[in-house]
Amino acid sequence: MTLEVRLTHRLPGVALDLAFDAPAGLTTLFGRSGAGKTTVVNAVAGLLRPDAGRIVAEGTVLLDTDSGICLPPHRRRVGYVFQDARLFPHLTVRQNLLYGNRLAPVDEPGATLDRIVELLGIGPLLDRRPGALSGGEKSRVALGRAILAKPRVLLMDEPLAALDEARKAEILPYLERLRDEIGLPMLYVSHSLAEVARLATTIVLIEAGRCTAAGPAANILSDPALAPGMGLREAGAILPARVAAQEDDGLTRLDTAAGPVWLPRVPATPGTALRVRILAQDVMIATRRPEALSALNVLPGRVVALREGEGPGVMVQLSLGGAPILARITRRSAAALGLAPGREVYAVLKAVSVAAESIGGG
Amino acid sequence: MLTDWLSPDEWRAVALSLRVSFWAVAASLPLGIFTAYALARWRFPGRQLVNGIVHLPLILPPVVTGYLLLLTFGRTGTVGRFLDEWFGLVFAFRWTGAALAAAVMAFPLMVRAIRLAIEAVDPKLEEAASTLGAGPVRVFATVTLPLILPGILAGAILAFAKAMGEFGATITFVSNIPGQTQTLPSAIYAFLQVPGGEPQAARLVLIAVAVAMAALLASEWLGRAVARRIAGR
Repeated sequence: MTLEVRLTHRLPGVALDLAFDAPAGLTTLFGRSGAGKTTVVNAVAGLLRPDAGRIVAEGTVLLDTDSGICLPPHRRRVGYVFQDARLFPHLTVRQNLLYGNRLAPVDEPGATLDRIVELLGIGPLLDRRPGALSGGEKSRVALGRAILAKPRVLLMDEPLAALDEARKAEILPYLERLRDEIGLPMLYVSHSLAEVARLATTIVLIEAGRCTAAGPAANILSDPALAPGMGLREAGAILPARVAAQEDDGLTRLDTAAGPVWLPRVPATPGTALRVRILAQDVMIATRRPEALSALNVLPGRVVALREGEGPGVMVQLSLGGAPILARITRRSAAALGLAPGREVYAVLKAVSVAAESIGGG
Repeated sequence: MLTDWLSPDEWRAVALSLRVSFWAVAASLPLGIFTAYALARWRFPGRQLVNGIVHLPLILPPVVTGYLLLLTFGRTGTVGRFLDEWFGLVFAFRWTGAALAAAVMAFPLMVRAIRLAIEAVDPKLEEAASTLGAGPVRVFATVTLPLILPGILAGAILAFAKAMGEFGATITFVSNIPGQTQTLPSAIYAFLQVPGGEPQAARLVLIAVAVAMAALLASEWLGRAVARRIAGR
């Protein structure tokens, strides 16, 4: 259940030269616009023939320029969800969904129409035509159409980029369900760290055509050395959590490796696994347990690493009971507190600083 | 009915014109679609040359087109002799020749209409179909063709109307033989050459105007249907 990609390709603005593996789960290709991310997925889909490279999906060689193998797109069985949905305007939603399904090998296991319709909540749309759908509905139908073609891997090129915030919030839970319930390697292109933090199992960072880092999402997002490349204001680690209880005053108690964490009401039943993105700039550090403080969450931990930038800031990696977290503080504070690797500290997090869209299904 | 209103000669001319036009369009449509697709989608050396040749009958004096047809498809022409010897297909001074002349003259209109429809189809839809497992032929049959179908019909109707009115190339290539190659315009011309033939000519003129008008309206309407279909409403 993996996808292996190695390719070099010269584009007008950038020279692509990268290699990575995408294991089961959702792998995000993260990088700025123009870094070459779309070129990579187009090469995997067969819509673009790279100068050189080798692409293997689930043991099937899709491309190997050394031995002259380059399967045409329709023989690759690679699902592709485009940014602009690209539904067939002359077909109904149902016909769109079944377009690839009818062409897929019959004996291949795969999700059924009923299951996908239920999973994506598109039952009421089946007899409509794409022109009568909203942006969010189109995205969901495009997702369903690609999955029903029983692909070996699913490619998604910024499927949310054309949607407003409300529509994004509508689609994200569906993407999480697909990631968790359809055992399909997914390659997801994004330049939004919020999306990446919410969805990624694996992250591949791409900068100017090169892969600068790759690994499990938790490791990449909590690496202080990578934070500047991802944007200091947006940098933040993900804390795996489980809903423990809904409390009377509107808060939700979560169990985490760092101990109990209280957040404003999370609409999920106790026992639900979550991933909570904690922005580095929302975390304060104290060397003694602070008292008489409004912040609800004071979590004991240890400094793992400090990384100074060119500015006045320092990115500190903390381990809270084994869970890595980033905190962004000033160099002056770090010096005043005498922070150094191994030092026992407390991380302070205001409950209300965690926005609802930072909490996703785990 | 129409047969009572028209004299046998006039009726023969109308019927022949309908037959000639139908076959002119039916036989040239596949080539028209292929040519339109090639011009719209493929980049190949000599593309501009092909485009020029397709449009040539639109600009050349029809008598020149007719003469060139006579040279190539006449009994002594290279292609004409070959088709006669191998397939028994004769164009010169037959209704088939009138159909060929009409097809050649109407071809640019047909190709233009279809090409516009193809250019309005987003190639990204075809890419999407290919990632869903459809090979090139299936992509064309299930995505491109349904989307351009109104455009094809519009092109065919326009070509049919043009074929109904073809005169110069037809009369040069296959002459003006009643019942054989005397189409509607040739008949009008012939009636106008004899004293007292004007009432007969006038009736045929009415028919010609009606056919042309109906075709124009139909192709306009179908053109809007293409736009609607591509918008997916």
